[in-house]
Amino acid sequence: MASSSSSNVKKMNGRQASPVVQTPVPDFTTWDYAPAPEATDHFKIAPRWELFIGGKWVAPKSGLYFDTINPATEQKLAEVAEANEADVDAAVRAAEKAYEKYWRKMPPKERGKYVYRISRIIQERARELAVLESMDGGKPIKESRDVDVPLAAAHFFYYAGWADKLDYAFPGGRKAQPIGICGQVIPWNFPLLMAAWKLAPALATGNVCVLKPAETTPLTALRLAQIIEEADLPPGVVNIITGAGKTGAALVSHPKVGKVAFTGSTEVGKRIQKACAGTGKRLTLELGGKAANIVFADAPIDQAIEGIVNGIYFNQGHVCCAGSRLLVEEAVHDLVVRKLTHRIRTLRVGDPLDKNTDVGAINSKEQLQKIRMLVDSGVEEGATLTQSPCALPGRGFFFAPSFFTNVAQSHRIANEEIFGPVLAIQTFRTPDEAVEKANNTMYGLSAGVWTDKGSKIFKVSQRLRAGVVWANTYNKFDPTSPFGGYKESGFGREGGRHGLGAYLEAV
Amino acid sequence: MSATADHPTPTFHSSLLRSVTVDQVALEERAASLGKRSIKKATKVAGIRLAISMCDLTTLEGKDSHGKVIQMCAKARRPDPTRSDVPSVAAVCVYPDLVEVAKGALAGSTVKVASVATAFPAGRSPLSVKLTDTRRAVAWGADEIDMVIDRGAFLSGKYRMVFDEIVATKEACQRSQGEAAHLKVILETGELETYDNVRRASDLAIAAGADFIKTSTGKVVPAATVPVTLCMLEAIRDHWFETGIKIGMKPAGGIRTSKQALHYLVVVKETLGADWLTPDLFRFGASALLNDLLMQLSKEETGRYRSGDEFTKD
Repeated sequence: MASSSSSNVKKMNGRQASPVVQTPVPDFTTWDYAPAPEATDHFKIAPRWELFIGGKWVAPKSGLYFDTINPATEQKLAEVAEANEADVDAAVRAAEKAYEKYWRKMPPKERGKYVYRISRIIQERARELAVLESMDGGKPIKESRDVDVPLAAAHFFYYAGWADKLDYAFPGGRKAQPIGICGQVIPWNFPLLMAAWKLAPALATGNVCVLKPAETTPLTALRLAQIIEEADLPPGVVNIITGAGKTGAALVSHPKVGKVAFTGSTEVGKRIQKACAGTGKRLTLELGGKAANIVFADAPIDQAIEGIVNGIYFNQGHVCCAGSRLLVEEAVHDLVVRKLTHRIRTLRVGDPLDKNTDVGAINSKEQLQKIRMLVDSGVEEGATLTQSPCALPGRGFFFAPSFFTNVAQSHRIANEEIFGPVLAIQTFRTPDEAVEKANNTMYGLSAGVWTDKGSKIFKVSQRLRAGVVWANTYNKFDPTSPFGGYKESGFGREGGRHGLGAYLEAV
Repeated sequence: MSATADHPTPTFHSSLLRSVTVDQVALEERAASLGKRSIKKATKVAGIRLAISMCDLTTLEGKDSHGKVIQMCAKARRPDPTRSDVPSVAAVCVYPDLVEVAKGALAGSTVKVASVATAFPAGRSPLSVKLTDTRRAVAWGADEIDMVIDRGAFLSGKYRMVFDEIVATKEACQRSQGEAAHLKVILETGELETYDNVRRASDLAIAAGADFIKTSTGKVVPAATVPVTLCMLEAIRDHWFETGIKIGMKPAGGIRTSKQALHYLVVVKETLGADWLTPDLFRFGASALLNDLLMQLSKEETGRYRSGDEFTKD
């Protein structure tokens, strides 16, 4: 609107109109959000964290500590104990003692109360946990605040309800019995949430746990240990030990561990499966993925774009069920690419603690290098790279939201899990071809189907070899829903009634 | 705009019978997620001033009088006479018989006069009456015409009829000197109910020559909502991608607070980009909103809320 500089005073209807005052015509084309960082001064991160064994914080027998850093600033947050074999053994023995002394004798109803209490304290500490999660892992605060922490609490709530109803979970079976000592090793992409996925069903079913968080993101699991202390669980029912791969290996191969649950890479999963073979240990593995997100021409395209974005850029693409392969019907390929190009420019990459950030920091330097290496391979093999032109912060580990077009099924970027904000776009012509391409992978954790036609959703999804299939949505999680993979994405299901099975003997 | 070689009269295409589908759950989720952007301090002040400059200050009541309209126009010119940094609103919106009064009261200002027409709000009159209604408002000096579509025709599948009425109304917006009043097409989304319908009506209106598409008359509940607006912005975006032509958007009715207004601005910014952050392409049809914008503006500067009595009603 042009502003008028006229200052005529005109008479009308017998009234004097006010003189026109020149008002500045503001330029809003640069209207942008001001930084809105979440405060971090409402809690303190202890400079050193010991091992949580037998209800006490104990110094590691190894005498070693390692640093955990904020991947957005590369600054040290704290140092964390490194558990060696002797520490692992102490943790397992503490768990065994707790199992015999308290937990196996406790009436299920009472057990449930403890689990409920954990979820309530998580809710009370939600803000602190969200901030801590974003600082230690690099994920945007809007995700840790709206997804990770509420879902973690929801998992404890959900499984707490099962504690005294296990006899009804699997009708016709024998009386459900806990396995005993569970060794649980979790990844760095959803540190608190994965701890909840592991601990909640194990505790509700009457097992005791030794949990090892990933070495780059130990802080929320350790904070959870304090919450468990506060919830007054009997000492040793939950033990949390920190360390890297060697610590995890010692835990899963400890002879007294009856059940191993692992979420992480397929490579490590295979090693764990070998280690457990012939030992009688129960095992569930939730491993990598290379999910196909299939967009048909009759899909609601604008919403599909949001689903594609949520599928691959959620948590910087550090999601095992990420929709990292987009299979788009050829008829709408150009439209989808045009819209996606436009959309990724609006993704705000930067400070994970800023409430307006959509894409945070890559979890570690090693992961950033892996993403770069695979993206380079895509370019070298002939795919076309499109990246958001966003400015990246000078410090920390960041990667611009990216996608590849002209991707062939044989390209590495179409086969290997990149675990970063990088999408590979391929086309298909018919539903059969879509299904064939979607299933043509070593993985099978998840998939997405976008179409306005209900019958097509059912027809296609039933043929997809993937544990979770989302229709007209993506990356939706709920504690009542089982989650797990086909093929090299692992076996066993976590979540829902199915998730109880892995922690019970009779079924 | 007359039908010239550059701008031929739009013709109905069978492609308009095919509709883009909209997923309700995902659309509403996206709209809600954009409400979580943190807008504060300088950004908030700038956003509020922008929103003020986008207001179509509206009175559409049977009891509207010259006095009421003249008072509203004074407020439209200078929403806060004590401060020079508060812009005028974009337009006032009145019934046709009050256009001349508003024109007179706004002479020499930047504020446009918009008039509802085409048997507003129900649109239940013969086309000839609607066109006469429009021509009169234009002759009386309306800069902008806010027409309503025939929802009865739309919902019974007579898309061509809806289309042709918009084309005819657009022609009726013509002024003698080759200029034309801008045409805003009101879909009355509260009566269309589904997003699929809203999307189809948006596509029809844009193809038929709308300069702006507008959600509601303000006489039907629900009036404007964020998801409905997002759905319409997506139609505008598709048209822009296809033709390079920028169509304007006006949510109207039910927008009362600064927080709501800022939410809309975020949706516009993230759907269409900053190009649309101008009163030429985005408007708020509202009456109560302006005072809340002024109140929040003052609160941002002083840190305190002033009494409602300190803000003039008209």
